[in-house]
Amino acid sequence: MEDLIRVENLRKEFPVQKSFFDQLFAGKKKGFVHAVDDISFEIKKGEVLGLAGESGSGKSTTGRLLIRLLDPTSGNIYFEGENLADISSKDIQKFRSKMQVVFQDPNSSLSPRMRVGDAIGHPLKIHTDLGTEERKRKVMELMERVGLSPAEFLYYKYPHQLSGGQSQRVVLARALVTNPEFVVADEPIAMADVSVRAMILELMKELKEEFDLTYLFVTHDLSTAKYICDRIAIMYLGRIVEIGNTRELFDNPHHPYTKALLAAVPVPDPAQRRTEEIPRGEIPSAIDPPAGCHFHPRCRYATEACSKGRPKMKEVSPGHFSACILD
Amino acid sequence: MEQPILEVKNISIDYPISIGTVEAVRNVSFSLKEGESIGFVGESGCGKSTLGLSLLRLLRPPGMVVGGQMLYHGTDLLSLKEEEMRKLRGNNIAMVFQNPLTSLDPLYSIEDQFFETLKEHNPQITRQEAVERAGKVLEDLSIDKDRLYEYPHQLSGGMRQRIMIGLGLILNPDLLIADEPTTSLDVIVEAGFIDLLARLKKEYNISLILISHNLGLVAEIADRIAVMYGGMIMEIGEAGDIFARPMHPYTEGLIGCVPNIKMDQEKLASMPGSPPDLVTPPAGCRFSPRCPKVMDICREKTPVLQDYKNGRKVACWLYNEAE
Ligand SMILES: Nc1ncnc2c1ncn2[C@@H]1O[C@H](COP(=O)(O)OP(=O)(O)OP(=O)(O)O)[C@@H](O)[C@H]1O
Ligand SMILES: Nc1ncnc2c1ncn2[C@@H]1O[C@H](COP(=O)(O)OP(=O)(O)OP(=O)(O)O)[C@@H](O)[C@H]1O
Ligand SMILES: [Mg+2]
Ligand SMILES: [Mg+2]
Repeated sequence: MEDLIRVENLRKEFPVQKSFFDQLFAGKKKGFVHAVDDISFEIKKGEVLGLAGESGSGKSTTGRLLIRLLDPTSGNIYFEGENLADISSKDIQKFRSKMQVVFQDPNSSLSPRMRVGDAIGHPLKIHTDLGTEERKRKVMELMERVGLSPAEFLYYKYPHQLSGGQSQRVVLARALVTNPEFVVADEPIAMADVSVRAMILELMKELKEEFDLTYLFVTHDLSTAKYICDRIAIMYLGRIVEIGNTRELFDNPHHPYTKALLAAVPVPDPAQRRTEEIPRGEIPSAIDPPAGCHFHPRCRYATEACSKGRPKMKEVSPGHFSACILD
Repeated sequence: MEQPILEVKNISIDYPISIGTVEAVRNVSFSLKEGESIGFVGESGCGKSTLGLSLLRLLRPPGMVVGGQMLYHGTDLLSLKEEEMRKLRGNNIAMVFQNPLTSLDPLYSIEDQFFETLKEHNPQITRQEAVERAGKVLEDLSIDKDRLYEYPHQLSGGMRQRIMIGLGLILNPDLLIADEPTTSLDVIVEAGFIDLLARLKKEYNISLILISHNLGLVAEIADRIAVMYGGMIMEIGEAGDIFARPMHPYTEGLIGCVPNIKMDQEKLASMPGSPPDLVTPPAGCRFSPRCPKVMDICREKTPVLQDYKNGRKVACWLYNEAE
């Protein structure tokens, strides 16, 4: 299958302020958050690539970089042969309707003064020349489809009149209404309940087949990732530590961080509390990350060598890469 | 007998809107002992947040309590003056809201938000003291204290959620209402949060109302679980007991929907149908149109919560009839 997106040595740094005290007395200089620290991967056409990992590990930043909502510090992002990292922000406009995003927090991405129907139809207004009636029909159809039902009732509601799950469905509908090629879905179902979640995932799968969509699916929920993703990349403090086929990754996890993540997934049974394998240590700071392998201070298998340099990605089985010196 | 920290009696909440009235909460009763934690679960729109917000008298307009009582240490919250209520908020009862970004003020740094919160309840506090206390809470939540000087948009989703939790905890409340507190947290940070709650419970005897549709999370934290549907409590009881022996068909359905990572699933389990329209709710039991075990009576009369063994209560004609 051909690559839709190829990412090479992508980096993003954000400047951070230190406290006045630290600047003055501890002699600390202005620091940087290494939100995305030299990552490379590709997404094939029609594929769902999952991005999972710790809170603050750079998943959302990666998603935003891919569709140039953020400018990379360095690196390349090839989309349909063009390097998005290189082109001007004016030229990026022609890619906008092909790339959509569903954000993590539904409420903050909906304008409080726009009715639900208008919000969903807004991208159609910008990117197509459909008439008012036609837009409304399309929006209502999609609303019913994502479970915003009855559509004729919810069409005229304002965001604050919706429950959390309903808002998430609005945001999803708005992203899909222009039939984009590539969708960055950033925790699209984090707020949705079990039945909505199943429904939205099911719907995203169906639409993917129908419209030949490609997704970057950001999630911290591994059971969701397992269900919808073809491949999964695990991030830790700005770096990809493991990437591979979903099945292979779950059956045969290599990186100790991946193993820990899998062990920490809660089981819906109070009789089975989580195990002791979960690393409880402090999460290291992305401002002064540990030397060597970022995970080594919390890793139960760590040796001296782990603090000595960034571990290389090694192919541990066909198409399955892990960045741990133990491999 | 020991007085409960919170006693909610027959609370009903409406949102009057142009086309009618959303009956968001109906006749909800429960009580909470000191140091106890209760989890509210149920599908989107069943009234969990509405119930939580009402306890702080922070219902979003046009929401209003149309019946019932809420006793906090015996005081009826509904009869308090706004001034008295404001003193209770944060100091005694704190809430972690469902939407981390919209609840943090984008114009103020995290430090400012902690300082303001602390100052409102202790005007004497210095910035230095505020920073120290905030730093300690953040540390508990695995956030670097340098982050205090940043603004909400500079933080990841999960960090913002933890800041919200931190703001909820900073005043040492004795009742914490946490509405979907971990939806953006990865499992490891979530496990840390659970540890923190366990510690708070042990050290400060804090009581907790946890609102979540994540049954796995609720199972780990809550002593008791209340299952809500269409604004009503359908079943309530001891957590382990409910998981082992769900009585209400809706509870059974919910438990069946939880994805289990240990198993291979071609399709995610889901419950057929969708939650009821609360403007014109179904007659009889609100779950009857979706219930796999529905009987004639269910469509006619609303079952009330009835007592069973081990403090379990169920509102379902399947059992009411057996009595
Ligand atoms: N401000 C409002 N105006 C009108 N209706 C509202 C308002 N707020 C909530 N509702 C309605 O009240 C019902 C209960 O909403 P609530 O937010 O309490 O549900 P919830 O159980 O918290 O759902 P979720 O899991 O999605 O957060 C829903 O039908 C919702 O549409
Ligand atoms: N605009 C910004 N300015 C400064 N720092 C930022 C900005 N956006 C993100 N960061 C920082 O970059 C790092 C990665 O953040 P990102 O939002 O990508 O994490 P994430 O993996 O999506 O986490 P979560 O699961 O919590 O959403 C974090 O340390 C965050 O604070
Ligand atoms: Mg994120
Ligand atoms: Mg809610």
